Amino acid sequence: MRIALVLTGIALSLAAPFFVYPVLLMTILCFVIFAASFNLLLGYAGLLCFGQAMFLGLSAYMTGLMLKTTGMSIELAILASALISAALGAFVGFVAVRRSGIQFAMITFAFAQFVYFLLLQSEFTGGEDGMQGIPRSNLFGIFDISDSMTFYYFVLAATLLVILLVYRIVHSPFGEILQAIRDNEVRVESLGFRPERFKILAMTISAGLAGLAGGLKATVFGFATLTDVSWTVSGEVILMTLLGGLGTLSGPMVGAGIIIVMNDELAQFGEWALIAQGIILILVILFMRRGVVGEAGALIRRIRSRKAN
Amino acid sequence: MFDGITPQLLFGQLLIGFINGSFYAMLAMGLAIIFGLMRVVNFAHGAQYMLGAFVAWLLLNIFGVPYWGALFIAPVVVAAFGLVMERLILKPIANLDHLYSLLITYAATLVIEGLIRQRYGSTGLPYSSPLPGGVNLGFMFMPWYRLWVVLFSAVTCLGTWLLIEHTKLGAYLRAANQAPEIVESFGINVPRMVTLTYAFGVGLAGLSGVLAAPIYQVSPSMGSTLMITIFAVVVIGGMGSIVGAIVTGYVLGILEGLTKVFYPEGANLVIFFIMLVVLIFRPGVQLNGKGN
Repeated sequence: MRIALVLTGIALSLAAPFFVYPVLLMTILCFVIFAASFNLLLGYAGLLCFGQAMFLGLSAYMTGLMLKTTGMSIELAILASALISAALGAFVGFVAVRRSGIQFAMITFAFAQFVYFLLLQSEFTGGEDGMQGIPRSNLFGIFDISDSMTFYYFVLAATLLVILLVYRIVHSPFGEILQAIRDNEVRVESLGFRPERFKILAMTISAGLAGLAGGLKATVFGFATLTDVSWTVSGEVILMTLLGGLGTLSGPMVGAGIIIVMNDELAQFGEWALIAQGIILILVILFMRRGVVGEAGALIRRIRSRKAN
Repeated sequence: MFDGITPQLLFGQLLIGFINGSFYAMLAMGLAIIFGLMRVVNFAHGAQYMLGAFVAWLLLNIFGVPYWGALFIAPVVVAAFGLVMERLILKPIANLDHLYSLLITYAATLVIEGLIRQRYGSTGLPYSSPLPGGVNLGFMFMPWYRLWVVLFSAVTCLGTWLLIEHTKLGAYLRAANQAPEIVESFGINVPRMVTLTYAFGVGLAGLSGVLAAPIYQVSPSMGSTLMITIFAVVVIGGMGSIVGAIVTGYVLGILEGLTKVFYPEGANLVIFFIMLVVLIFRPGVQLNGKGN
């Protein structure tokens, strides 16, 4: 059953660009990675990072800078930028794990605004105008991927790798400890582990993955803007994860898909995209905290148990 | 480095710092009162502050109510709005992880700001000062309205502090903060107190918004830009401590003003750096009581 679902998903995503506008699909994929990075923190480690956009945005600008000023091949530029974001994540983690729960959220929020401000002031980012004309250099230095169709498969491959990686992390001993910290931090500490170290490592990995999403996003659109660092994007990823299903592997994918398509549909109606996001988030928190995937799973289980009886 | 710093510049920035500090103090105090009783970090505080300014603007431009009327009406309107918000979205999730209340007030902020921006655009609306002119103190020019803001917010902070620390109502409030079940067993309606406390904190935000209208532009994003600073103030001052919030608010406002004089490039970052330093060197300060 599960394998069949996964295979159908892969087959659909391979065929999708022939039916749907590839740039929209690539946006969804970037946000699938971004939401997966956020879910790793909140869903598995119980850490609410209210500034995840800083990792996305910083890496987007870094990728743009490298591609514009050097002849680096595209995958190296994106990986290097993801590492820079990971380093930022390690530092933010180092400071923020000193407080837990809601204060952790507020500190990461303040950090993200600080990064926003620095990028706004820096000259290389182009300030309010953003960074334009980011080229797509050849993959591995040889393959031409300037065409959106070809580039889609590169982004898809990266997304599948990330999903696989997150799956491995969640099911590794490290992932088990993260979930144990989420459920009972004191007990984990009494077992001889140091929760802070695991939290900082989780922040680092999550920031690196968010950075990967940012680098890909910058090359998909060919520009990077301050929106990528703004708190609306930090909020968007929270919404995607909660709507899809917190702490489930497929939830953030579903959530990212729904929200990106909704944004796309509402883009012509001014503020209504953000208003709709707010209303959906309120409804999800009030009535559907398990998210789409979680509720669907609960429904299936209920039907099965009824049949068994 | 200190050449070219005239008394006008120094005192001018000190005054701006003091004004900003007044707003930091009032808003952080409201957040602390709400957090103290409900353990809710009210992200919508900035949006509610903005609503206060907008209600004042609407009162003036549609109903012809002048500033002095708005100073009383707008906070009541915003507090009533807070009352409805508490009943509709905060009460149902009161027993969940407190992260949810942060997120739901964030969502409310998106809706409030979005609706206002959709209706009135994102550019600021002007609100003329009800106290034009000022007095020349010799070393600097003091506009009357700014003097009014400094005095009025200081009185508001002091009054609120007295209300909470030195009245029976305040004692109930502090007791409910520590042990809600015991207070309830004395026959006090704690849920109603929670609702009214939230409305009171939100009303304070609305009041700050009215005060701010003639100084800053009345714009949809005036609150969310301020929230970033307020969060830092609350983290530095210790969450839930009213005195901590007030003192930190004023001190950080003045420090920010001084930084503008001596190192203008750093003025926007100084509060953030202070937060970093506090976190790194005083990491042990954790919240007491239920949850964090």
